Amino acid sequence: MREQRKKIALWLLFAGPIAVFSVWAVVDNAPLYFKTLLNGLTLASLYFLVASGFTLVFGLMRNVNLAHGSLYLLGAYVGWIVGENTGSWLLAVAAGFLSAAVLGLLMQVFIFRFMEGQDLRQTLVTIGLAIVFADLMLWAFGGEIYTFDPPAWIYGSTVLPVVEKFPTYRIAVLLAAIVIGIGLWSFLARTRIGMMIRAGVDDRGMLAASGVNVQLIFAVTFAIGAGLAGLAGVVGGTALSISPGEDTRYLLASLVVVIVGGMGSVVGASIGALLIGLAEQFGLAYAPTYSVVFTFVIMVVALAFRPRGIMGRAA
Amino acid sequence: MSAAQWRRAMNSAATAAAPTTARPAPSARPASPSAPGVDVIATPTWLSRLAARIRLRHLVVLAAVVLYPFVASPFFTYQIGAQSLALGLIALSLTFLGGYGGMVSLAQMTIAGLAGYLVAIFGTSSMVSISLGWPWWLAVPFALLGATVFAAAVGWLSVRTEGIYTIMITLAIGVAFFYLAQQNYTVFNGFQGLSKIAAPELAGIDFREPVGFYFVALGCALAGYFLVKHLVRAPFGVALQGIRDNPRRMESLGYHVTAHRVAAYAVAGLLAAVGGVLMVWYNGRISPGTVNLAQMISILVIAVLGGMKHPIGAFVGAVVYVLLQNFAIDLFVRERFNLVIGGVFLAIVLFSPDGLLGLWAKLRSSLGRPEISHQKRRPQ
Repeated sequence: MREQRKKIALWLLFAGPIAVFSVWAVVDNAPLYFKTLLNGLTLASLYFLVASGFTLVFGLMRNVNLAHGSLYLLGAYVGWIVGENTGSWLLAVAAGFLSAAVLGLLMQVFIFRFMEGQDLRQTLVTIGLAIVFADLMLWAFGGEIYTFDPPAWIYGSTVLPVVEKFPTYRIAVLLAAIVIGIGLWSFLARTRIGMMIRAGVDDRGMLAASGVNVQLIFAVTFAIGAGLAGLAGVVGGTALSISPGEDTRYLLASLVVVIVGGMGSVVGASIGALLIGLAEQFGLAYAPTYSVVFTFVIMVVALAFRPRGIMGRAA
Repeated sequence: MSAAQWRRAMNSAATAAAPTTARPAPSARPASPSAPGVDVIATPTWLSRLAARIRLRHLVVLAAVVLYPFVASPFFTYQIGAQSLALGLIALSLTFLGGYGGMVSLAQMTIAGLAGYLVAIFGTSSMVSISLGWPWWLAVPFALLGATVFAAAVGWLSVRTEGIYTIMITLAIGVAFFYLAQQNYTVFNGFQGLSKIAAPELAGIDFREPVGFYFVALGCALAGYFLVKHLVRAPFGVALQGIRDNPRRMESLGYHVTAHRVAAYAVAGLLAAVGGVLMVWYNGRISPGTVNLAQMISILVIAVLGGMKHPIGAFVGAVVYVLLQNFAIDLFVRERFNLVIGGVFLAIVLFSPDGLLGLWAKLRSSLGRPEISHQKRRPQ
């Protein structure tokens, strides 16, 4: 009973101000509010794509892959080359996924396999790799800003009620993220290998003891997680642009999303991505010079009340 | 509790030595890193105890760093010497936190940067509308205080979770601070940052001169070094190392684990803040570029490069880092400094986790010399 009352009080504490703000903002300028809402959802779907791979890899291998942002950028650059040469955006997406997945696989097979259980050392290695990758990509691609053209069928803008015009591509990103999210969830919940991954998240030692080739599971998970980052690179590069420094941005986003949402949980990543994406866009629209502070406040509040994240469990 | 955790708990219970968990009485002090036999000597006066601890190599190093500015060119005194000392001091804060507290924080550069910003905001800079124009002897203590409080807050936030989470939370805090400094114009003056922050002049010594600044930096670095050396042997430091090795056991022994950890963050924050003030005097300006991700990581690189098992590692790492920064690019391809430093860092992490100090120890033992005692802080 007391627990319940405490819960209700907490909800009121957080939902109350948001509701008051929403009512004020809708009355004040409805199109701006809803446009910001849609932009926030688009950004949230991008963040979800990047962070879901990050959280998967951490959940299973306890590997904080700080080179995750580099995988995003690599996928974007490779996708750009393929897109330029073939003219096909879908091929570019596939190339982004594959290139990042292969690099992730190589990292797992040649480096991380040999330092299992040494959390800190693995993380330091990923930092070193991130520095090297960032500089190599700067070398190869220079400091210019690259942009993709989305295919014709999702180009232009769609007329929506209230908001009026909104880029079709962003709606497509939103839908794609939902599809990928559901796909990832059903892969984890319904397939045999997904079951093994979940078992590994809960207890690695037990999974190995029951005769599963854990190294194979690790490699598959790392490839999928890295691939998702690469895919997000092409998708995000189309929505915004690609330039050096984007790796840091998406690394920060992934970090905050999984800290808020809870490590190792895909559902947590989606909740965290929603919170952070919306907070960032609303912050940019309504309080431009302090928008980062909102992201930060969400993280602090989440840590203060749920140190392991909203969906996190004791590891 | 999972099987892996049990294994870890059993292992750490087996290896965690009694001295670290015992009540830290003066007599139960672990052997001094520099002089293993110091506890055997029972001389009452502190002077002879001090003398017993000093080895020839200490005097050689001290003489070298004091005489250095008189033989080196101003470039070497200022760009190499003073910068290494300032960076080393910031890295020392990470060594203290990571090596003795088991908490690897990436936010040390952020704390240093905040101290630098506060000096500029409280003191004088080119932005009259932002700077309050306090004299330096008022601005600096308040900047140190502000940064230390911030460091304690960061600590309080990150010790709510453990282990590898720390690195992520501190990284997120640091990057968030960078974006805030870049976006905000009312306090941090955005992308431009604050410039024309001059080191003060005191008792006829101009701190802006290479030699004067070098000695200020040297004084701060030595003070920081001996503070850490003292702390890790004091009850607080011993308890901290106990918490690093086995927080549960320390908790059941009645130690307040969270309080010790937050205090460690505060101490490290003070060290980093002093380093940050030196950095801002060295550069004469501060901008978001000082606290960006690359700079945050460079502090980690310096600490790991030197080795986190002994406070001197931070300064060794800083000297190597600054030398690489200044000269490696001339030998190698220009502007590929990050590649060089990233490669060196990777090589160290992959092949010698204890850094250059670890390599040195290996070299000594392979040459048949007795292994230096500080490589093994506790009996295995």
